[in-house]
Amino acid sequence: MSPPDADARPYGRRTFLLLVAGGLSSLAWGSWASRILSPLTSGFTQLLADALPVGGWRIYTISGSMPEFDPRTWRLEIGGLVRRPVRLGYDELLALPRAEQVSTFHCVTGWTVHDVHWAGVRFPDLLSLADPLPEARAIRFVSMEQPYEDSLTLEQALLPDAMLAYELGGRPLSRPHGAPARVVIPEMYGYKGVKWLTRMELVADQPTGYWERLGYDQNAWVGRSNGHG
Amino acid sequence: MDTDRLTRFTRTERTLHWVHAAAFLVLLTTGLMLYVPSLSELVGRRTLLKDVHVYTAVAWVAALALVVAAGDRRAVRRTLREIDLFDADDRDWLLRHGNPQGRFNAGQKLNAILSAAFALLFAVTGFFLWLGERDTRFRLPNALLVHDWLTLASLTLFLGHLYLAVLHPKTRHALNGMTRGWVAEDWARAHHAKWVEQARRGGAPWAARAADSQAWTTCQPSTPSHFTCPGASPEKE
Repeated sequence: MSPPDADARPYGRRTFLLLVAGGLSSLAWGSWASRILSPLTSGFTQLLADALPVGGWRIYTISGSMPEFDPRTWRLEIGGLVRRPVRLGYDELLALPRAEQVSTFHCVTGWTVHDVHWAGVRFPDLLSLADPLPEARAIRFVSMEQPYEDSLTLEQALLPDAMLAYELGGRPLSRPHGAPARVVIPEMYGYKGVKWLTRMELVADQPTGYWERLGYDQNAWVGRSNGHG
Repeated sequence: MDTDRLTRFTRTERTLHWVHAAAFLVLLTTGLMLYVPSLSELVGRRTLLKDVHVYTAVAWVAALALVVAAGDRRAVRRTLREIDLFDADDRDWLLRHGNPQGRFNAGQKLNAILSAAFALLFAVTGFFLWLGERDTRFRLPNALLVHDWLTLASLTLFLGHLYLAVLHPKTRHALNGMTRGWVAEDWARAHHAKWVEQARRGGAPWAARAADSQAWTTCQPSTPSHFTCPGASPEKE
């Protein structure tokens, strides 16, 4: 038995300092390591996703609780600079031409979900119902979660992979994912995709949305905005 | 002190442990409710959860500082020193598990070191997550990633710690040390032989606090493998 001090080494503080240094520096190399390791860890992540319904998504809200969707009372209004203002019920929305896509979802805070299977309605099909006036240049999207709103130019909304989604992974959108309908635009960061949508307003000048008022970019192109790229 | 009981943790040490444990559990619970969508949906009250999470983190740092400031700082320093130092038996124990151990075995030392480092990194990344929401200049994309990794790592560590402290029949008596402060000498002899030896000699600082560190200073190496400790009974090497 050796006395405690004679051959003792201060490995404790060394380990601690190494861990802290490694952890702090990972703020710089974390996403790189995550990309390198993701083929190795995806099996584990899949296990976790099966065990817990995490699936890589993180849910952000700006108010006390998530809006609740009631199919009997929910309506989607399309108004503003249009010839025929429209109020669509849930069944009427589902009856419109259906589009499906598999796309990648990028959040501006650094996480990504691959192979997201959406189903919904393309914007041209929605807009043709209301018949926008020629001076309309952008769409203001208003959420049931007040005061969340954001906007897209018409050009952006008409991108071939932009849609108003009502299904995720083959099932109706769940409450955390924005039931009953949310905006999907894969080429932009997620904050442009207004959830719990209740109103689309055609406008001449693009308004400033919730996160844009807090300093985020109006044109949230993935990899080319908000300090990325 | 009762002959068959050994004081393992002072009140300050126990308070620190339970303050940390309580804060960890609240932060873990609210964190998972914010992070796992199905739990988020179940609970709903997101703003409230977020406030509880953030204010618990602030209270946790403040409470730890307060306990150290108002408590037995010498005991805390002594404990830090014990955790810092790994002797030859500790280093061997990590590989072979047989060597006699002091008040903390090498695994317990590692657990404490990892917990402390994780706590600091949680605090730093959490602070940047909070700040980044208020000022986009401080939004670090990887802060969230690192906060997640820390959750996984500390959850793993926590489950292992919980198993050894509550379930594993050989080790769970240790919980008594953290609740009532003492452990049975027979148990301690099997798990922390070197500590019992030092405590019985009466020179070990944690066994007789009045004679703080006497044993540390009086043992001198006489040959590389032998130590002479004046006033103490002959020791097994």
